[in-house]
Amino acid sequence: MTTITNKAQNPTAHLSPEDVEALGAELDAIRQSVLEARGEKDAAYIRRMVDLQRKLELGSRAVLLVSAFPPAWVLGTAGLSVAKILENMEIGHNVMHGQWDWMRDPKIHSSTWEWDNASTAEGWKHSHNEVHHTYTNIVGKDNDLGYGIMRVDEEQRWYPMYLAQPLWNFINACFFEYGIAAYDLELGKNLAKPKDKRPESFKKAAKATLRKIRKQATKDYVINPALAAPTGSFLPALAANFTANVIRNLWSHSVIMCGHFPEGVETFELKSIPEKETRGEWYLRQMLGSANISGSKLMHIMTGNLSHQIEHHLFPDLPSSRYAEVAPQVRAIFEKYGLNYHSAPLPQQVGSAWHRVVRLSFPNGWLATTNAKNLPTQLKMLYALATADRRTRRVIQLRLEREARKIEAAKAA
Amino acid sequence: MSTTTAAPSAAERPAPGPRRLRTGLRSLLDAAVTPLSVDDLLDHFAPLRPGAAVGLQGRIVSVASETDDAATIVVKPGRDWQGHIPGQYVRVGVDVDGVRLWRTYSLTHGPRRDGHISITVKAIPGGAVSQHLVRTARPGQMLQLAQAEGDFVLTPPQAGNRQKLLLVTAGSGITPVIGMLRNLYSRNDAEARAAYDIVLVHSAMKRDEVIFGAELRAHAEAGRLRLIERHTDTDGLLTTDDLENEVPDLAERTAYACGPAGLLDTLEAYYGERRLTLHTERFRPTVVDVDAAGGTLTFAGSSAASVETDGSVPILDAAESAGVLMPSGCRMGICMGCVLPMKSGAVRDLRNGDLTVAVPGETHPDGVKIQTCISAAAGDCTFDH
Repeated sequence: MTTITNKAQNPTAHLSPEDVEALGAELDAIRQSVLEARGEKDAAYIRRMVDLQRKLELGSRAVLLVSAFPPAWVLGTAGLSVAKILENMEIGHNVMHGQWDWMRDPKIHSSTWEWDNASTAEGWKHSHNEVHHTYTNIVGKDNDLGYGIMRVDEEQRWYPMYLAQPLWNFINACFFEYGIAAYDLELGKNLAKPKDKRPESFKKAAKATLRKIRKQATKDYVINPALAAPTGSFLPALAANFTANVIRNLWSHSVIMCGHFPEGVETFELKSIPEKETRGEWYLRQMLGSANISGSKLMHIMTGNLSHQIEHHLFPDLPSSRYAEVAPQVRAIFEKYGLNYHSAPLPQQVGSAWHRVVRLSFPNGWLATTNAKNLPTQLKMLYALATADRRTRRVIQLRLEREARKIEAAKAA
Repeated sequence: MSTTTAAPSAAERPAPGPRRLRTGLRSLLDAAVTPLSVDDLLDHFAPLRPGAAVGLQGRIVSVASETDDAATIVVKPGRDWQGHIPGQYVRVGVDVDGVRLWRTYSLTHGPRRDGHISITVKAIPGGAVSQHLVRTARPGQMLQLAQAEGDFVLTPPQAGNRQKLLLVTAGSGITPVIGMLRNLYSRNDAEARAAYDIVLVHSAMKRDEVIFGAELRAHAEAGRLRLIERHTDTDGLLTTDDLENEVPDLAERTAYACGPAGLLDTLEAYYGERRLTLHTERFRPTVVDVDAAGGTLTFAGSSAASVETDGSVPILDAAESAGVLMPSGCRMGICMGCVLPMKSGAVRDLRNGDLTVAVPGETHPDGVKIQTCISAAAGDCTFDH
C-alpha cells in the first residue's frame, strides 16, 4: 500500500472540498438519528450481554474445576474462550469507547470499566481511543499500523530483518494482549531512553501495567488452577486458561488486522493532513482507512461489531449494536460519493491482511515477480538487496518495481 | 512510679479466626475473578443482598394509582436499607428510556412490618421520571435508592404533654405528611390521639385531585385530626389570612409546611415576622438555568478555580486558557479522555445542541459525567475536579 497522496490515482481526487463537507453533514445526520433513537432497548441489550458474559465465564470456570475429565476440559475451555472474547470485544472495547456512557450507569461507563486483558483500561483508552481513532492510518502517527515493529507500507524502507515479520506477526497474535500492553506503554521507545530520562508518566503506567499483568496471571494460572486441584485438575485447568487466552488473542488479532490491514485499505501521509482537519476530512479518512467483515449476526457479536469497522470508525461512540442498522445508509453515502466500501467475508479479509504482511516482508515488487521457475534468481536478488552496496541495491530495486508494474499491467489487460 | 498497661479488652483484640478466614476467603475469590469482584458477580443473582456492588437498590412490588395522575409505588428495598422516620425523603434513580435519572420523593408509608417502603408520585406534564413512574413502571423493575434523608419529621411524643400541630400542605406536598399520619394511626390509635392535636390544612386544584383524599377524610371523620380542605378552582390560592381565620390558635401550634415554593416563601415570611416555629420541606431546592449561553465554571475539587466562559467555547478550552490543568485527549468528542463529573449546571453539546443538565438532589449524587471537549456552558456549572 502506498499513502493516498503518493498514489498515481488518488481515490479522493474527484471530490471537491464542498463534497467532503456535504458528505460529513450526511454522516452527522446518521449519527444524530441514532442518538435520537437509542433508548431502553439498547440499555437492555448491553445489560443482557454483560449478564450473559459473566454467567458464561462463571459456568465455564465451574466446569474447569473438574477439567481432568476431558469432555469437561473441552467444554470449559470453549466457554471460557468465548467469554473472554465477548468481554474484550463486544463489552470492554465498546464500553471504554463511551458507547454506553449515555445510560449514566456508573457500572457500565468508560470512566470505570476495567477489562480482562493485560493492558490497563487507562493505557488502552489513550493509545486506542485517542491516538488510533484520531490519527487513523496516518503512517508514523498511528501505532496500530504494525505496532511500530512491522513494515506495513511500501514507503517504509525495507531491511532484511523484515523477512521475519510474518513470524513476528504470528507470535504477536498469540500473545496479543501483552503486545497491546507494550505498545500502550510505547515500550520500545521508552526503554531505548536511559533510565533517568524516562518520563514520570511512563514509570507510573508501567507499574500499573505490571500490577495488572500480575493480577491477571495470578487469576488464570494460579488461583483458578489451584481451586481445581482437589479433583486433580490443576494442570488441565492451567492449560485451559492458557488456551482460552491464546484463542482470544488470535481471534482479536485477526479481527483487528481485518479492520485496517487488508489490501486496498488506504493509508495517509502525516504531511498531507491539514493543520486543522475539518469534520468532513476526518470522516473521509476514516471511510478510506477501514474495512468491514461481512457475515452472520453471531460473527458480528463475536467481533464486538468491529466487523462494522467502517461504521465504528465513523461513529466510535455510538452503541455497537446499532452499527448493522446504519451500515446500509453509510454504504449508500460511499456509493453516492464514488468511494470504495471495503467489505468481504472473514477468511478473505484475514487472508488479504496476511498477504500484505508477507508481501511487505520482502522488498517492494519482489513477491509479485517471483514464481516457482525464477525462484533461484529471485533469491539471489534478495540476497544482493540485503548485502550489496547502495548503488546495486537501487538498480535491483528499480528493476523489481518495473517488472512488477509490467505483470500488473498484463493482469489488468 | 509504675505504669500499668491494661490488657486489651475483647473488643480490641484482633479479629477472631472465623472472621479473618472469611476476609481471607473473600480476597482469594476476588483474585479469582479480577478485574471484577465477587460482589459484581453476585449482583447478577441477588441484587438486594447486603453489600451489593451496584449500591442500594429496590424492587418495585406494586404500582397503585391514587388519582388520574398520581400513583403509589411500593418498593422492597435492598438489605442495606437503614430504615427511615416518617416525613423523610429518599433519592431514587430510575432508568427512563435507558438513561438513569435521579429524583427525590417523600416516603409515604411509615416503617412497615414487611419492610417495604413507598413513594407517591404525581405525574408532572413533561416530567420524564414522574411520567415514567406513574404510567410505565411495573412490578419487578429495579430502582436505585439512596438512604432516607431529611429532618421534616415530628418530635417524638412526650408523656403527659399533647403536642399541638398545624400541618399545611399543597398538591403533592401532602406526601411526607401522609407518611407521618399513617405511621401514627396504624400503630396505636389511642396513644397517637393522646400525643398529638393535629390541624391539617390541605390545598389542591380540585376535590378529586386530592391525593389520598379518601384517606384524609376518613381520618377527619374518625376524629383523629381536623381537616381543612381548600380547592383552588373554587377557593383560590391559600393565603395567610385564610389560615388565621381557619386556625384561631395558630400561634400555639408547631407548624409543618410542604408544597410549592410560593406557598413556602409566604409562610416563612409570615412565621418569621412573628418568631413562630415553622418546619418546611422544599421539593425543588435548586433551579438550574438552562437557557443561558456561557456562565461561570466552578472547579470545586482540588483545582479550586472559577472561570468565566461564553456559550461557544468548549469547557476544556475555556478552562485551559484560564490555567486550569484539565484531562484531555482527542479534542473532538471520541476518546472520553476529558470526561469530568458535573455536580450542577447545564452544558450544550457543540456538535448537535443537545442539553445535559445536572441538578443536585435530582441527578446522581456524584454528578453527571460530561465530555468537556465538545460541551459548552449553558449556564453556571460546577465540576468535581
